[in-house]
Amino acid sequence: MTLLSVRNLRVTFDTETGPVEAVRGVSFDLGRERLGIVGESGSGKTMTGRSMLRLIRPPGRIEADAMTFDGTDLMAATETQMRALRGPRMAMVMQDPKYSLNPVMKVGAQLMEGLHQRDRVGRTEAYAKAVAALNAVQIRDPERVMEAYPHELSGGMGQRVMIAMMLIPNPDLLIADEPTSALDVTVQAEVLSILDGLVRDRGMGLIFISHDLRLVARFCDRVLVMYKGRVVEEVAARDLLNARHPYTQGLLNCLPRIGGNRGPLPGLDRTAEWAR
Amino acid sequence: MADTDLNDAAPSRVTRLAKQAGGTVFTLLITFIGLLAVTFFISRVVPTDPVMSILGERATQAQIDETRTALGLDRPMWEQFGIYVWDALHGDLGTSIRTKEPVIDEIARYFPATLELSTIATIIGMLIGVPAGILAATKPGSLFDQIVRLVGLMGYSMPVFWLGLMGLLIFYGQLGWVGGPGRLDAAYDMMMQFEVEPYTGMILVDTLLNGRWDIFQNALSHIILPAALLGYLSMAYISRMTRSFMMNELGQEYITTARVKGMPEGRVIWVHALKNVMVPLITVVALSYSFLLEGAVLTETIFAWPGLGRYITDALLVADMPAVLGGTIVVGAVYIGINMFSDLLYRLVDPRAK
Ligand SMILES: Nc1ncnc2c1ncn2[C@@H]1O[C@H](COP(=O)(O)OP(=O)(O)OP(=O)(O)O)[C@@H](O)[C@H]1O
Ligand SMILES: [Mg+2]
Repeated sequence: MTLLSVRNLRVTFDTETGPVEAVRGVSFDLGRERLGIVGESGSGKTMTGRSMLRLIRPPGRIEADAMTFDGTDLMAATETQMRALRGPRMAMVMQDPKYSLNPVMKVGAQLMEGLHQRDRVGRTEAYAKAVAALNAVQIRDPERVMEAYPHELSGGMGQRVMIAMMLIPNPDLLIADEPTSALDVTVQAEVLSILDGLVRDRGMGLIFISHDLRLVARFCDRVLVMYKGRVVEEVAARDLLNARHPYTQGLLNCLPRIGGNRGPLPGLDRTAEWAR
Repeated sequence: MADTDLNDAAPSRVTRLAKQAGGTVFTLLITFIGLLAVTFFISRVVPTDPVMSILGERATQAQIDETRTALGLDRPMWEQFGIYVWDALHGDLGTSIRTKEPVIDEIARYFPATLELSTIATIIGMLIGVPAGILAATKPGSLFDQIVRLVGLMGYSMPVFWLGLMGLLIFYGQLGWVGGPGRLDAAYDMMMQFEVEPYTGMILVDTLLNGRWDIFQNALSHIILPAALLGYLSMAYISRMTRSFMMNELGQEYITTARVKGMPEGRVIWVHALKNVMVPLITVVALSYSFLLEGAVLTETIFAWPGLGRYITDALLVADMPAVLGGTIVVGAVYIGINMFSDLLYRLVDPRAK
């Protein structure tokens, strides 16, 4: 059953030097499954994900032949309708928790905000739910984290807080933008199994954006490979590592060869792209 | 493991603040002594001889020597400075040559008038400037944004005395909606002197404390026009800065996160963004406030407002050096005090501040 359907999505930024096309005609369907999006930095992964929530800010604008989520035409929906969808129906784990959490609000306040504001949940219940959500993402001292400010968290903690925050209202669609890049292997496995459980048991749809081809090949059902705003290849995840497209092969060539008896795999070299 | 990376900051925040307050007070003291060094230096360098200005031209040598000793001018420089600092810290800023009164007593009379005026002006500037700047930032380029910008620009470019005189002409002269120059009508001035206990020197506060509603109303009618004028100038500055801070915050990622959570736009702006805008805004408001407290000389002149700016200017015109320097020290002290206060407030609002 299709949860999300996107046809010919385009995102254009009208800059002083002319329009910049960040997404150029992306189409895909998503069921209650795990869809991976890979591609190099700047290929339009984040902009594609944000378009689903219609949260591209000016000077960016979204165009699409069709974009429907669970029967709702996202292109025609009013802002009020969109706001009702955001949170409890569709949510997005933001890419960089260092900048994506409000720096002057306590983590706890940010976690409980949706419960207080939208669901009118009382103090104790909201607190308990937030602590439970932190526990679920393997945070061991949730009470302390609730009292902390974002700058007091490590990168991995920030990512887990972000995931917990977006999972609290039980969304039907979760767009996770590099959700586990700063987590160490055991915690990453734990977080992935939570997401996996939500897809399998609750029928959540998951868009999993990542640089890590091996991870995506292992974890997702299907994969979109993006390059310069276009989908250059769509493959079943188990075929990703044998993909034909030269760009995908290029990405794969960045991976270290299997067979050596080294320690944990370093994955794609991200240093150049992250250092901007 | 990552969990241990959580800094041990949250529980000890209050103690940390207290420690910082102690440090700030120390810095304040050093800065203040630095300020005194400057005024001391000026007082010893300027061509007016303090002895001559007290005794006049025709004093005998014996009289001159006697006065020099009385003023401590025969002692070594460093000792004089020590005494100077000691006296200043005890509120002794010397004696006015013009009135023969202690400078500190005179300033204690003039300063509350300025304090009252600038405080109301700053409140007006904040209450209008902050919301105007925020609304302008949420709809950049809109008609409202243009209006805010234009009104602000006028505040920057119109001569204050012209605005003040026009204000008096229209609202006092023509319409009679407000009181004229001065802090009170002459009749109320007498009552204020004899019937009201001057706890603070600020008429609005003292009349309320004494339950004199009639005088309060009269004082309010007098202060409203100069306060509105200074408030307008303050508003022009505050709204412009608020707009630019807000524009900056609205471009941050955490704003998108709040929207992703489905928070209504009002909450995104007035809670998420505003909490962040408050941080740099504290400095701006403090700057605007201390600017007004330093004495808006022109405004005080036009409105015959017996404030600190007027006091210092009048003293300067008759070369009353102790009064000028005493006024300067008070202005400096106020500036340092506001700085310290805004610094503490800043730390309180921004958890990232060390
Ligand atoms: N405000 C903007 N103005 C102009 N172009 C923009 C703007 N924001 C984004 N872009 C463009 O959109 C393109 C896609 O960006 P996007 O963030 O989606 O990349 P990404 O695939 O998520 O990269 P990364 O892996 O680094 O997160 C970028 O090439 C960038 O040039
Ligand atoms: Mg991205």
